[in-house]
Amino acid sequence: MFRFLRLLGQHVLESLQTLGRASVLWVMALWGLPKLADVPLAIKQVYSIGVLSLVIIILSAFSIGAVISLQFYTQLVRFGAESTVGLGVALTVLRELGPVVTALLFAGRAGSAITAEIGLMKTTEQLSSMEMMGVDPLHRIVAPRLWAGFFCLPILTVIFSVVAILGGALVAVDWLGVSAGSFWSGMRDGVLIGRDIGNGMIKAVIFAVVVTWIAVFQGYDTVPTAEGIGEATTRTVVYSSIAILALDFVLTLVMFGDFN
Amino acid sequence: MRMRTIEISVGSFVLAGIIAMVFLAVRVSGINTTADDETYLLQARFDDVSGLRERAKVTIAGVTVGRVTGISVDAEYGEAVVGLAVQSSIGLLALDTGAQIVTEGVMGGRYVALTPGADEELLASGDFLTETQGALVLEKLIGDFVTSLGN
Repeated sequence: MFRFLRLLGQHVLESLQTLGRASVLWVMALWGLPKLADVPLAIKQVYSIGVLSLVIIILSAFSIGAVISLQFYTQLVRFGAESTVGLGVALTVLRELGPVVTALLFAGRAGSAITAEIGLMKTTEQLSSMEMMGVDPLHRIVAPRLWAGFFCLPILTVIFSVVAILGGALVAVDWLGVSAGSFWSGMRDGVLIGRDIGNGMIKAVIFAVVVTWIAVFQGYDTVPTAEGIGEATTRTVVYSSIAILALDFVLTLVMFGDFN
Repeated sequence: MRMRTIEISVGSFVLAGIIAMVFLAVRVSGINTTADDETYLLQARFDDVSGLRERAKVTIAGVTVGRVTGISVDAEYGEAVVGLAVQSSIGLLALDTGAQIVTEGVMGGRYVALTPGADEELLASGDFLTETQGALVLEKLIGDFVTSLGN
């Protein structure tokens, strides 16, 4: 019994310590706004985090949009309500799938890369040599990745949503023969810029902060061995995915929970 | 050279994001389709507006001529007050114009159908429509039917 309590206590203390270290890292890295001289560093990160993620984002968005459109159509056509396919696709994508799937893909594509990169830097003692040279690795390595992550994920989410809606339109309008007018005007009637697009973007920003934070911290906190890097990368993807899905439920409850 | 390609692709990435955002705003949520047209406001009292939403369309003979701009409740009379923005190009409507809440299809959304009247006097902006008929609530109809059977 005491052994169980002790294990539990140990676990809680460890988690709290980790959380504390992560928060310290966050505050230290973002202390003071980025200087103009650091912009090229961040641009390089935007390239490797954002631009290189575009292909996977666009491909998945297109298939997801097409699939939702097909599913909505097969169900709604039975009630003769296939003119609401456009609205259904748009709301599903803007409110839920856009932010969530983009964040999940981002965690797998970019988050794991960030963790592995920083983890390897730590393992090969590049971070400590930077400190020896008087360069703060938090500002040089961690901060640009954090800023780039905050910046890229919302943009990727917007692109995802647009491609998914276009994919849905392609299937519904050009293939299944829903009239283009009812597809787009139904969408315009039901989608509100603040409630749907705005809330989706708020989700994207929150997911961006969480995923980038987890990725950077796991890399920085790696056990400096080859095995440690592997574990840290896995943890990034697992923790990010759980955090995204759990947060999404809470955010949806807050944003759309009044059932309007 | 290497840095240049990176900068160019990041620039296009950001541009693509902005274009996508504009697409969402204009094409998907349609913010300026209604903002462009000149409209004037009418109001109508209904006994029941269940299912009607803001931005639902307002039609005459099935042609969209405006949008629902606001729905509020007048607790004193137990009625709903609905604001209707009607396109100015339609012109002013007769005083006895009727408003009815109708359902589009079986499962479709609710909208407001106007039937222009024959009165020579015209409604001014902000006036109340008097000839209104609220939403048909199926449960209520069945309930009424069952009680009338009982009598």
